Amino acid sequence: MSSFEIGLILGMAIITFAIRYTLFAVGHRVRFSPLVVQALTYVPVAVLSAIVVPVMLMPEGEGLQLSLHNHYLVGGVAAILIAARWRNLLATIAGGILCFFLWRWFYG
Amino acid sequence: MSSSRQFLLGMRDTIPMLVGAVPFGIVYGTLAVASGLSVAATLAMSLLVFAGSAQFVAASLVASGTSLTVILLTTLIVNLRHLLYSASLLPFVRHLPQRWRAPLAFWLTDESFAVVHRHYLLDDSPVERKHWYFLGSCLAMYSLWFACTLIGVLLGQALPSLGDWGLDFAMIATFIGIVVPLLRNRPMIVAALVASAVAVAAHGLPYKLGLMLAALLGVCAGVISQRLAERGKPAQEEAA
Repeated sequence: MSSFEIGLILGMAIITFAIRYTLFAVGHRVRFSPLVVQALTYVPVAVLSAIVVPVMLMPEGEGLQLSLHNHYLVGGVAAILIAARWRNLLATIAGGILCFFLWRWFYG
Repeated sequence: MSSSRQFLLGMRDTIPMLVGAVPFGIVYGTLAVASGLSVAATLAMSLLVFAGSAQFVAASLVASGTSLTVILLTTLIVNLRHLLYSASLLPFVRHLPQRWRAPLAFWLTDESFAVVHRHYLLDDSPVERKHWYFLGSCLAMYSLWFACTLIGVLLGQALPSLGDWGLDFAMIATFIGIVVPLLRNRPMIVAALVASAVAVAAHGLPYKLGLMLAALLGVCAGVISQRLAERGKPAQEEAA
């Protein structure tokens, strides 16, 4: 492992464990302010959307590609529709990937 | 109920979650190696960090050559939700010694939280042995996650060109599968839309700052929109 990888894994391990363990370690009942609780509930949606959408709209890394030739966009929209309809993680992953590959096969 | 029965019950109740984690783990293993992480680092991450979405995000950031500081900061943000989980479970584990609390915290994932929290709330058996249920759920997730990472790594090595197949899309599909079911109300949708728009608009910023900015503004938009909705409600009732 390179020193970058060691730093990466140790850093991620320490940060993740600290988040999960701090309250358990202290053991006092903790009351977050309603604002903090509210903010935390939006974190996963905001972070994951911010990762997903740029890849769908600009897979090359720069410039919007709003065309049917963009199979990331087509596959992503298919995955969103499947997820909205069935709310099933497995179906979303499988269906989305299938659409992505089929589209790339036909139009790639 | 005996400790071993609680343990097995915890494992059994986690099975539906395992079904979703299998492709996630395999794709992580394949993708992380394709992103340029070594096999040892890919496996070590599953063993020592054990946080699926953060591992995925880290792998994708490594692939795009992001600096260590930004990756760690992103890990912090992506995993912050675990603070809520540990706060919710705290009343049920605070009687345990630290030698129990530390490992249970280390293994606390979205999946085990969902299963275990439900068990603490709904199951009528006394709380004394329920940490065995917690442990069973965690160990089922942990062992499966590592096994699937290993399968993914081996698969990636057997088919070296796998990285060019567009497997990075598997991560996109996975994240969509996680996010879309969460979009149950308007504030959540607003948070997702604002975060997406800012991420696209700020994509050119250095150090992946666009991601941080998008996450921050998305969260703010969600909170503001929820507050506005709550303020609107009593007024409507009065009017009616």
